[in-house]
Amino acid sequence: MPKLTLVQPESGLDSEALEAMLAEEANKDLLRFLTCGSVDDGKSTLIGRLLYDSQLVYDDQIAALESDVKKGKGASGEVDLAMLVDGLQAEREQGITIDVAYRYFASPKRKFIVADTPGHEQYTRNMATGASNCDFAILLVDARKGVLTQTRRHCCILNLLGIKKIALAVNKMDLVNFSSDRFDEIVSDFEKFTKTLSFEEIVAIPVAAATGDNILNPSSHMRWYHGPTLMVHLETVDVASDRTLRPFRMPVQWVNRPDSDFRGFAGTISGGELRPGDEVIVLPAGKRTTINRIVTYDGELDVACAGDAVTLTLADEIDISRGDVLAAPDAEAEVSDQIAANVIWMDQNPMLPGRDYILKLGNQTATASISTLKYKLNVDNLEHQAGTTLELNEVGYCNLSISRALVFDPYARDRDMGGFILIDRLTNATVGAGMIEFGLRRATNIHWQALDIDKSVRAQMKAQKPCALWFTGLSGSGKSTVASLLEKQLHARGQHTYLLDGDNVRHGLNKDLGFTDADRVENIRRVAETAKLFVDAGLIVMVSFISPFRSERRMARDLFQENEFLEVFVDAPLEVCEQRDPKGLYKKARAGEIKNFTGIDSAYEQPERADLRLEAGKRTPDELVSELISSLEKRGFI
Amino acid sequence: MKTTASSYLRQLEAESIHILREVVAEFTNPVMLYSIGKDSAVMLHLAMKAFHPAKPPFPLLHVDTTWKFREMITFRDETVKRLGLDLMVHVNEEGVREKISPFTHGSALYTDVMKTQALKQALDAHGFDAAFGGARRDEEGSRAKERVFSFRSEAHGWDPKNQRPELWHNYNTRVRKGESIRVFPLSNWTELDIWSYIHLEEIPIVPLYFAATRPVVERDGVLIMVDDERLPLDKGEKPEMRQVRFRTLGCYPLTGAIDSEANSLPGIIGELMATRLSERQGRVIDRDQAGSMERKKQEGYF
Ligand SMILES: Nc1nc2c(ncn2[C@@H]2O[C@H](COP(=O)(O)OP(=O)(O)OP(=O)(O)O)[C@@H](O)[C@H]2O)c(=O)[nH]1
Ligand SMILES: [Mg+2]
Repeated sequence: MPKLTLVQPESGLDSEALEAMLAEEANKDLLRFLTCGSVDDGKSTLIGRLLYDSQLVYDDQIAALESDVKKGKGASGEVDLAMLVDGLQAEREQGITIDVAYRYFASPKRKFIVADTPGHEQYTRNMATGASNCDFAILLVDARKGVLTQTRRHCCILNLLGIKKIALAVNKMDLVNFSSDRFDEIVSDFEKFTKTLSFEEIVAIPVAAATGDNILNPSSHMRWYHGPTLMVHLETVDVASDRTLRPFRMPVQWVNRPDSDFRGFAGTISGGELRPGDEVIVLPAGKRTTINRIVTYDGELDVACAGDAVTLTLADEIDISRGDVLAAPDAEAEVSDQIAANVIWMDQNPMLPGRDYILKLGNQTATASISTLKYKLNVDNLEHQAGTTLELNEVGYCNLSISRALVFDPYARDRDMGGFILIDRLTNATVGAGMIEFGLRRATNIHWQALDIDKSVRAQMKAQKPCALWFTGLSGSGKSTVASLLEKQLHARGQHTYLLDGDNVRHGLNKDLGFTDADRVENIRRVAETAKLFVDAGLIVMVSFISPFRSERRMARDLFQENEFLEVFVDAPLEVCEQRDPKGLYKKARAGEIKNFTGIDSAYEQPERADLRLEAGKRTPDELVSELISSLEKRGFI
Repeated sequence: MKTTASSYLRQLEAESIHILREVVAEFTNPVMLYSIGKDSAVMLHLAMKAFHPAKPPFPLLHVDTTWKFREMITFRDETVKRLGLDLMVHVNEEGVREKISPFTHGSALYTDVMKTQALKQALDAHGFDAAFGGARRDEEGSRAKERVFSFRSEAHGWDPKNQRPELWHNYNTRVRKGESIRVFPLSNWTELDIWSYIHLEEIPIVPLYFAATRPVVERDGVLIMVDDERLPLDKGEKPEMRQVRFRTLGCYPLTGAIDSEANSLPGIIGELMATRLSERQGRVIDRDQAGSMERKKQEGYF
């Protein structure tokens, strides 16, 4: 390894020199890039080499590397530069990268954030994680092995994630005698593969990461190569973004209400720019208003642009909450509950069409299911294959159906407005990443009719705050008794109510549904949607449903706005319910005449954070109802 | 920020503000771990910005090992008073009763009892579902691997081999009862960014970061400041007065000072740009064994 030669400035800077230095730093632009490619192709070594040759590795870190060699951890008695980035014990022991490492460095021309991603197929999702915020990629190939399946998979993911420019680093040239023929062969192979993909620029560079050839210093072994070194390319590749030139978008992240005088909408501007006085449209509702002020801690701004995290106040008092999007009125975002998207699957459990997942896009959260898997992508030959599920690391093109109107732009136009994640409702794992292509059918470009008579107006007339009280608990715990008694008392007080009872709904609205898992989910969904309509009508709605699964109750909750949904846990011990057995169902279940009966041979998942818990085993329905009434008063519903 | 040209720091600032707001919007009971050092100072400053004109809608928590530099405690109390914030201080009383100290029990056990266990006690007692920390990825190898929203099990453990994918700025904030997320708004900041930002924004910091004449003893090549009479001196060991400052701050018996003349922010930044040693060189606890940070994090350390 070359010895370090360093120009050491005298310790300290005077303020003038500091200001000059900071100004210079400030003028540098930032390149976010990643390294990717198949396992062992030398990605981590390459980053280690880049840092080392740029003299960005501290002495104590070098000493640690050298002591690793003495302990026999480095390969073949030499310092292993990959150890500079492979920071986990398991990575160092196995000599592979498991998860992304982020490193930060600067050259005289540019600042860099590099994500060194793992090549191993098992960790493909971590590669996607690293790539998602990058504008440029170095795709490595081992010169001996050439383009492999995993190289192609990474290449497809880069393409899907919208990275337009890549460098193909053909590494370990030292192991093929620095042969220009071998280099040309690999490059032409790769070009054949990428012909139909949408990269704008691919620059191929022959390198040897271990020895530093063509990394920072031009290689003396490859005089036949006349292109830039890797570093020169990193310093000059043009990835300028057009974010500020795009139409204005700001997803509302948080409503800032410190007191009754101030109501601001906080968020990060994802596109365009904004000035006080500009007109915006609020999506999905479709109402228009004008920007009053752009508020920041450092004073009000005259203009804010893409990337800024700001707080806006508006000219009109309209109902806006987290997840709504403020957009330029002449270039609205799309609004649809049906979308077409590319999905990368990231979970051991396969993606199942029809199953509900939580979809998170920016600040919007909804329930979504894949309605159709149009095709799976074969990463080796880019062919479209038929399929019914997506397995771990597979990529597919799907239609999704979403529980509410989603505001978005196609991913290709705006990553923040078009990229979403899918979360499993039971495990809470992030199971997929999606990139929206376009909205499907009817909902596109027709936003919800902005009705002047809205929920708040209707509620005002009734002098109440509408909400849904979701009674959950075992059969026989007293849900229906308590709910109907509550309704009577609310009615007597002049409140406007409605009661949805599980058994009754099964006779009408849901009489086509049976008791399979899918039907149970659909049953709950319809009831929740109905309750939502009634809440929208300004009513206090009581839903009485065993609803044994957390995920189902969560799905119901997700349909409502915050503070509109109260989960009421009617908590009576199983023994008490079984003893009561008002409909004789427990007896039948014990006798095996009814299958999947909650509490007997099917689980009841207790609420973890019920808004209200009623001790229905100990107290009388009357006592429980007065408890409920006082709690509704305290929360300002009545 | 006063320098409009500083677009890079502005980007970092905006990203951090987005993260801070996301937590407040998605969690029911967040808390900010405030450790008094420079990173905490920046994180707190960003929180003041993120929620303006409201105050940050969460409390601050300081896990006090009882071995912090005295100037840190003074600074801490002044800061919360100046900004009008809520501060909770938690001490592992059991550790105090058992007189756990870095000298008698070794730094590893001491850190576990007075920091890691203390932190878990405080988080459990209040049922926090999200906790902000000021850690940065450029500090250390295992930190470089950690997500911005880092999932913790019910036992507060981190599983580095099975982290949730984290795409774009779309953070998965779902947890079950007892589980939590550690959130790192400064993930993408470097030590130099922190100092440049402190300079540009004129953020107050503990005076120990500036060079001054202080009493120190040298042990195993580490300069330990004699902050109070609890530091046991070896026979013949005598504190000497030296011009020193600190690059990181923690518990005084475990935090090495560096010889330095830098008594201004320009001085510190200049020194930082010339140094050949990493930030964690002065931390005694990180040196105990290779991978010690990762192990501590798996056990629930920040
Ligand atoms: N001869 C030679 N060996 C190299 C070169 N670059 C890397 N290697 C070796 O290849 C092996 C794998 O290197 P890594 O950097 O760990 O590979 P990686 O691509 O990061 O691997 P994963 O992250 O696990 O996918 C190590 O033993 C390196 O020393 C090179 O240019 N020439
Ligand atoms: Mg690697």
